[in-house]
Amino acid sequence: MAELTEKGQVASTKKPKNYTVTKEKSLWWMYLPAIALVTLFIVYPFFNGLRISFTDWDGFSQTSNFVGLDQYTRMFSDPTTWTVVRNTLLYGIGSTILQNVIGLGYALLLNSKIKMRTLTRTVIYLPVIISPLIMGYIFYLIFAFQNGALNDAITFFGFNPVNALGNPSVNPYIIVLVNTYQFVGIAMIIYLAGLQSISRDFYEAADIDGASPWQQFKSITLPLLAPSITINVVLNIIGGLKLFDVIIALTGGGPGNASQSSSTFMYSLYFSRQDAGYAATQGVLVAFIILIISLLALWYFKRKEIEA
Amino acid sequence: MRNKTAKYLLTALAVFITLIHAIPFYILITTSLKVRGDFSSRWALPDYFTLENFAIAWESANLDRALMNSTLITGGAAVILIILGSMAAYPLARRNTKLNKGVLILFVAIMVVPPLTALVPLYQMVVGLGLMNTRTIAILVNAAAFMPLTIFLYSGFIRSTIPKELEEAAKIDGCSTMGIFFRIVFPLLKPVTASVLIIACVFIWNDYQFAIFFLQSSDVHTLTVTMDSYFTENQNNLGLVASAAFMAMIPMAILFLFLQKYFIAGLSSGAVKG
Repeated sequence: MAELTEKGQVASTKKPKNYTVTKEKSLWWMYLPAIALVTLFIVYPFFNGLRISFTDWDGFSQTSNFVGLDQYTRMFSDPTTWTVVRNTLLYGIGSTILQNVIGLGYALLLNSKIKMRTLTRTVIYLPVIISPLIMGYIFYLIFAFQNGALNDAITFFGFNPVNALGNPSVNPYIIVLVNTYQFVGIAMIIYLAGLQSISRDFYEAADIDGASPWQQFKSITLPLLAPSITINVVLNIIGGLKLFDVIIALTGGGPGNASQSSSTFMYSLYFSRQDAGYAATQGVLVAFIILIISLLALWYFKRKEIEA
Repeated sequence: MRNKTAKYLLTALAVFITLIHAIPFYILITTSLKVRGDFSSRWALPDYFTLENFAIAWESANLDRALMNSTLITGGAAVILIILGSMAAYPLARRNTKLNKGVLILFVAIMVVPPLTALVPLYQMVVGLGLMNTRTIAILVNAAAFMPLTIFLYSGFIRSTIPKELEEAAKIDGCSTMGIFFRIVFPLLKPVTASVLIIACVFIWNDYQFAIFFLQSSDVHTLTVTMDSYFTENQNNLGLVASAAFMAMIPMAILFLFLQKYFIAGLSSGAVKG
């Protein structure tokens, strides 16, 4: 549809278009201030980071040595790198799956005509507006070994308390859970808006044809929600891969480096270990990972949208 | 009959989900009401009533100063985002030149690249500029980080919603480009400006990563950084931390509860148009 009208427009306005192209001005001075700001604070430091990743800079000295690919060979032979990459992917992809599945479930529930919809929506969305750092501390009250709400409940029923935050094979999952709890409201609202834009006529026609609720969900709801799915997946992946605040509040990246994400690892390399060159190298790796994954997700879900 | 049962079940499910999601807030409240040395279960409310923790936390956590810093930084960044962002979006939405297409792609590319990669060199640059521990740098860095998203939202809105005829008519009447933009287009951007404010400002208000790098001196601490150091100082008195956290949440929570309609609408329209 869209392509057709676009082609139609191009065909009918061909002459005036050529005429305006020669006359049309870019008005570049209008976006010059925005470009200056972004260049100074993002683009330039980003490329400067690439340069630093080839040095042994300690983060405060005036001088540093060019060390070639040393930091890169060090990174690939450092076992911590793989823990960090695994955690970063877990935080990114794990939160994305949970937020989308649960968010869609909530949206479907709240799209039906039940009582208390507004209250439920408010309570689910409320954490979105709260600082992830403070949210992390609130969950510390729940998961702390001593006098945490979880252990208070567990011991009340006569079981042994668990050290959820200190256990390296459990705490990355807790971080995913907390991040999901906090931001599932965004996915829910976007899906709710998507659901409300689907015409009732489709479902009425499907009812007449005798399609089951599951068939209707699969053949009408999901395909028509494709744009919402794309936005949610890309938003959640980028958010999850950059996760920082919650980790600092809950585990500080520990024990050891067990729950460290790329962001928290870079932070500790720079400030605690004066290893700025290596921090920059880790930064290049995470930028690369985020770029690849978000482009893949964008490409995959955009393709689905066109098919639908 | 069957429909009615299903409706009751769904309502029960909604109640259950609401209760689960309310647990962290409930635990925060029970903790904030318990005095130091009270190690009773976090699920139980105390059998006494005192707001002592709130009084002490208000005195010792410097929340008023933090609130002012957060407000100034978020407000400053919002003004920059709205003015520079909408101005930049206008030619990108309206003038289809090769240069403009390239610039739009540049902004989208920056959106994917995480600002965190730039943090290490940025820190060095900020020290060099002498802007460490100033609200100015927090405003500029946050505005830069959310500029691509803002431009994306504004240009999508201008392209899809603002009728071109208005601008053409103003042009015939002899209005300059600046005049067209600020007098005709800008006033029509209110709905998308609401989206920008709601999406970007919540994140800037809650920003921790930039703040911990650039705002290390306590007189420029924002609410999040203040809470961070307060937690570290009072780790053995979580009642105080919970009270401070509760108070730190209040301004944004009140704003949200009163403007909920706009929050929801802003997020959904921003997502749909973007």
